Amino acid sequence: MLLDYFLYAFNGLKQRKLRSWLTMVGIFIGIAAVVSLISLGEGLEQAIIGQFASVGIDRIIVQNANTGFGPPGSFDIKSLTEHDKEIVEKTKGIEIAVGRLIRSAQVEFKDEAQFQFLGSWPEKKEEGDFILESFSFSVSEGRMLKPGDQFRVVVGNMLNEKEIYPKKIIAGDKLKINGFDFEVVGVMGKTGNPQFDSIVIIMEDAMREVLDIGDEFDLIAAKAGKGEDPSKVAEELAKNIRKDRGLKKGQEDFEVQTPQQIVETFGIVLFAVQAVIVGIAAISLLVGGIGITNTMYTSVLERTREIGIMKSIGARNSDIFKLFFIESGILGMVGGIIGVILGFGLGKLVENVGKTVLGTELLTPVFSPLLIISALLFSFIVGSISGLMPALQASKLNPVDALRYK
Amino acid sequence: MKNAIIKLDDVWKTYRMGNVKVNALRGLDLAIKEGEFVAIMGPSGSGKSTAVNMVGALDMPTKGKIYLENRDISKLSESDLAQIRGKKIGFIFQQFNLINTLSALENVALPMVFQGVSKEERIKRAKNILEMVGLGDRINHKPTELSGGQQQRVAIARALANNPEVVLADEPTGNLDSKTGETVISFLTNLNKKDKKTIILVTHDMNIAKHANRIEFLKDGTIVKSKKLRIGG
Repeated sequence: MLLDYFLYAFNGLKQRKLRSWLTMVGIFIGIAAVVSLISLGEGLEQAIIGQFASVGIDRIIVQNANTGFGPPGSFDIKSLTEHDKEIVEKTKGIEIAVGRLIRSAQVEFKDEAQFQFLGSWPEKKEEGDFILESFSFSVSEGRMLKPGDQFRVVVGNMLNEKEIYPKKIIAGDKLKINGFDFEVVGVMGKTGNPQFDSIVIIMEDAMREVLDIGDEFDLIAAKAGKGEDPSKVAEELAKNIRKDRGLKKGQEDFEVQTPQQIVETFGIVLFAVQAVIVGIAAISLLVGGIGITNTMYTSVLERTREIGIMKSIGARNSDIFKLFFIESGILGMVGGIIGVILGFGLGKLVENVGKTVLGTELLTPVFSPLLIISALLFSFIVGSISGLMPALQASKLNPVDALRYK
Repeated sequence: MKNAIIKLDDVWKTYRMGNVKVNALRGLDLAIKEGEFVAIMGPSGSGKSTAVNMVGALDMPTKGKIYLENRDISKLSESDLAQIRGKKIGFIFQQFNLINTLSALENVALPMVFQGVSKEERIKRAKNILEMVGLGDRINHKPTELSGGQQQRVAIARALANNPEVVLADEPTGNLDSKTGETVISFLTNLNKKDKKTIILVTHDMNIAKHANRIEFLKDGTIVKSKKLRIGG
């Protein structure tokens, strides 16, 4: 019975092909936007949480304030010093603290000079091991730096994998950094983070010499001891630095972050971005819904006589209502299906662009069944609600008047 | 004598046109017996169409009672009336009123959809009736692909889909040439004689009306003359 109504409604839509398609465009643009953007957002969130999870939650990072969104050291502000590192080390609950430098410098290979980020490698072995573990760095070729490796470097995976320079860089190659000669002794494993994957790692003392850096650090990475609460240790740490610098709470010119906080902050930002996107998509769906209502009203008007005929041969008000209601539901649903497919394609496209052009795997869409099902359900609901009033109007037509309609 | 299958008892229908009230029917009394073939004649504006809408349960009277098989239907809800129309009355219109997007077969099967008849049964019955009206080879044609006479025969087949007691034909030959019109009328006459269907025919053409058992003349919303031609049924 209901199947007959579906077939009839479908037949009606087929008769008005162009108009049906145009009406559905409004829906599938909205759904495609929701599906692609939410799936990418979910992928981004998972990738970033995954990265932080691999770092470990007992890590504490001290940085200068306001450098959170750029590479440390890219702004001309008061730097952290050896003195700050000592304060960190002395803080109760800290097991180890390592100062790091991350700066850009001219790196020349086979007569091609480009700016790359340099990352410092600690001079002490246990500090190097801590960094290795903290950032889940691995070595895919050759070896990592070790104390005494002045004028030797390890390069990020992308420099080895892609031709950023005229040739791929391999272990044994020679580089020039700010005019000084260096030998490549190893290549790092891929991390998926383009910033890490294109870095050149260099011993701390060599970096200070080559770049003429005095007593300063760009960040201090620390680890909370076993059984300590990283958040509490971080608070204690912040208190100590404030005290040392004579600052009150709220006046900090530095930042103490734990991975937990970073993940939380990131989650809030991502949620806000997604809320805006969903809001825009919702407006597009609302407009699409109004499009359906408009089309259905036109359809009811056009088929007034048909409605009269059907009533004269025994169709009840509820039968007419169902016919039109289902028709608008189909408009929404089919629009939704196309939108999901388009959104899927769009997400995959962004993933490919991300991988090939930007070299990042952060833009990997995650299509959860919940997202797909709710998109389809929502589009059907939008379609149905939009068709509610026109269907009601159709069902209430007086058969005599409807038959007389020309 | 058989019982009246349809009886109109002092039926009034008043339309409002702005501030003016127009009485389309003024105390119409009409009784049609089971198996009768009744023609309703009258000039335009006499209330013929309004009367036939009342008889066909398409419209409700402003005042008065309508009995279908001794049941008062003048106060029923639209849904109940729709059920009655679907089961007991078959309509044939001047403009054929077929649904152009559906094939002949689908048009004939449509009244059965609203009665919840199964798909197999619908197709079987619709095919049979279309063969009966001589359109067995046209079942998949759309109305626009059929001639006027063929379309009206599809409409007759549709009217018979749910095997109704009463067939209501409102100027069924009005859009057809006289020869095709004759064929349509002979179908109706046959339905009356062979299948004992009650036929109510609205026309302004005496040549058509003369096929009936009885002619009722309508003027200004009431019956002014009644003429018996033969004993019906």
